[in-house]
Amino acid sequence: MSTFLGMPAAPPRSPYGTGNLRGDRKFPEAAHDELRNEQLRRNLGRATRTIRTKRLHVTGELPDWERLRDAGSAIKTDTMNRLPELLEQLEQKVTDRGGTVHWARDGVEANEIVTRLIRATGSSEVIKVKSMATQEIGLNEHLEAAGITPYETDLAELIVQLADDKPSHILVPAIHRNRDEIRQIFLDEIPGVDPDLDNVPAHLAAAARAYLREKFMTTKVAVSGANFGIAETGTLTVVESEGNGRMCLTLPETLITVMGIEKVLPRYQDLEVFLQLLPRSSTGERMNPYTSMWTGVTPGDGPQDFHLVLLDNGRTAALADTIGREALNCIRCSACLNVCPVYERAGGHAYGSTYPGPIGAVLTPQLAGMHAVKDDPNSSLPYASSLCGACFDACPVKIDIPSMLVELRHQHTEQTGTTAEKLAMKAAATVMKSPRIYTAVQKAASFSRSVGVGGRDRTVSRLPAPFDGWSDSRDTAAPPGQSFRSWLASAEGAAALRAAAEEGAARRAGDHQEEQ
Amino acid sequence: MRIGLFATCLGDTLFPEAVRSTAVLLARLGHEVVFPPDQTCCGQMHVNTGYQREPVPLVRNFADQFGDASIDAVVMPSGSCAGSVRHQHEIVAERYGDAVLRAGVATVKAKTYELSEFLVDVLGVTQVGAYFPHRVTYHPTCHSLRMLRVGDKPLRLLRAVEGIDLAELPEADSCCGFGGTFAVKNAETSTAMLQDKMRHVLSTGAAVCTAGDSSCLMHIGGGLSRIRSGTRTLHLAQILGSTRTAPYALMEAAR
Repeated sequence: MSTFLGMPAAPPRSPYGTGNLRGDRKFPEAAHDELRNEQLRRNLGRATRTIRTKRLHVTGELPDWERLRDAGSAIKTDTMNRLPELLEQLEQKVTDRGGTVHWARDGVEANEIVTRLIRATGSSEVIKVKSMATQEIGLNEHLEAAGITPYETDLAELIVQLADDKPSHILVPAIHRNRDEIRQIFLDEIPGVDPDLDNVPAHLAAAARAYLREKFMTTKVAVSGANFGIAETGTLTVVESEGNGRMCLTLPETLITVMGIEKVLPRYQDLEVFLQLLPRSSTGERMNPYTSMWTGVTPGDGPQDFHLVLLDNGRTAALADTIGREALNCIRCSACLNVCPVYERAGGHAYGSTYPGPIGAVLTPQLAGMHAVKDDPNSSLPYASSLCGACFDACPVKIDIPSMLVELRHQHTEQTGTTAEKLAMKAAATVMKSPRIYTAVQKAASFSRSVGVGGRDRTVSRLPAPFDGWSDSRDTAAPPGQSFRSWLASAEGAAALRAAAEEGAARRAGDHQEEQ
Repeated sequence: MRIGLFATCLGDTLFPEAVRSTAVLLARLGHEVVFPPDQTCCGQMHVNTGYQREPVPLVRNFADQFGDASIDAVVMPSGSCAGSVRHQHEIVAERYGDAVLRAGVATVKAKTYELSEFLVDVLGVTQVGAYFPHRVTYHPTCHSLRMLRVGDKPLRLLRAVEGIDLAELPEADSCCGFGGTFAVKNAETSTAMLQDKMRHVLSTGAAVCTAGDSSCLMHIGGGLSRIRSGTRTLHLAQILGSTRTAPYALMEAAR
């Protein structure tokens, strides 16, 4: 389609072929393999059930939880409505306090900026705070190609990195690994680890700790993400559980923070809302163990060189979509993953993106597009949901993910040309819009029974494509001999309704008499 | 009341017994049941699969069939179809419809109910004179639970049924895995969800798994039939429609 002269160009998505916002297979194919991994399904089932229960407990105990959700939603909506001015305010405040702000149109630019900044320090290694944004842009892969070694310091991210694996959960990246697998990864990958290391969680954590402490003490540059950036003060915030992030944020000489532009909040006071919403929704804790906040550079305390890289990478494109922009309100708590029945079975890898689960299914297609190539794997993501709505109920900022999935499905069918499915849908609509044709089709369905469809037990156990996946595990009853409408129009139907009315009247008369 | 019965295309064509029970039940409660003869389908499948242009005539037909002011309420034995009428028709009308359609959609939306919410909220009854002496477990379908917020209304109706042995379904609020075309497009994930749902249903020892949507029951029942579980599915209306004078003859499902 050519664009009419005078129409503004759509903002760019994350460039095709960069970063980690697209898998190499569509969701059903990727899920096919994951569903066969019994270990994965057990781990996911157990872990998500545990977090779900904890979350319900700590959200249920707050009398104003629903109002907090409303406030979170309202603050985020307000933020998105005036994103440019808030970002400029944030830039001003960070600069005033001795930091340097960089603007990155996409992941490629962000990776180049971070690499250049690290090179300028003369260091060939960096320690990293757990960060979704740097996962999204594939920063680690880029740094390695540039001869810089990144060390993940979040325990789960470390496990994933050592195994040359990909995270499968926003909050619990190694949720798909059990302790035996982790023990083996440590034995294989951590230099000088005790060869007698067993699979006791405390011992595994101690092995990682010994390895990481050395990195904290010797590495001069750290890279982090940010949970929140406060426009009013220029304050950046990272929340975490382990304290490894705090080490990275305080010990090195140089700190480089990569923050998606949607993470800005207007006021310092807004943290009051989000520091309640986030841990309770995320880990099911009343408060997260570590909340680090820093504003530019503090002389003599912490990193003396601070850089903030503001990342777009398709966010402005999402913002331009009046319905889809709500996905930018996400605070990455992962509550929607933990309640999603599809995520629980298929796991995070099936989504092919840094952002899995329900929020990933609406965020990924908007950041990276879903029609970049023919049969773009991202076009399958909006369909990776039964639209059960559990995600909407769990979301701390009330993102209506089911409606957004339906909207993205619509955008997908509008973009694609004629498909077998589209023809079938048109045909179905043609039948349904004409009561005459509809009734004729119904009669044909009823007739199919009389000619033996379904056999003696009136059950169909094998259906042709595309319904073969359905019939692999489900019997389908043959159409009944008579539709409802033909029964209703028959003497039998009329008699049944009359009899029911009389029975009801008699019963009410009886009740009435009893009362008297 | 004068009640417009929407059979739903699935109920009308494939599961007429659930619709019959709905009609009989409403008549028994003393209401006039009318069936606008040119009704067909609400268009939910189209919208949920990503098609919003195609169902415009369906949305219009629904508004035309049930818009008549003589119809006090539109009732259907389906949470997801009621959800479609109340939440999706306006999306379609807003985008591809005209002012007349938008007005028509708003009119029917305001008087559309799923069966259990109509009984409890509008008619104010939970005791409907039903008799069903069997062990039953209830699966709350997602759209009735989270789109319509029917809450425990179906359970209140079931608890009032004479003779019923109601068994609580473990992890009741998790999706059965149907999801319309989801069960076709992502058949394997859907099956994995179905397996867990069936395990929970069978753990109750119920002879019948009931719900307010024939579509989810088609999926759960299809799975239960395939594994020859001996447990069958019945729509909530069929249990509420069963009485001492005309009891539902529960035949044992195949094992």
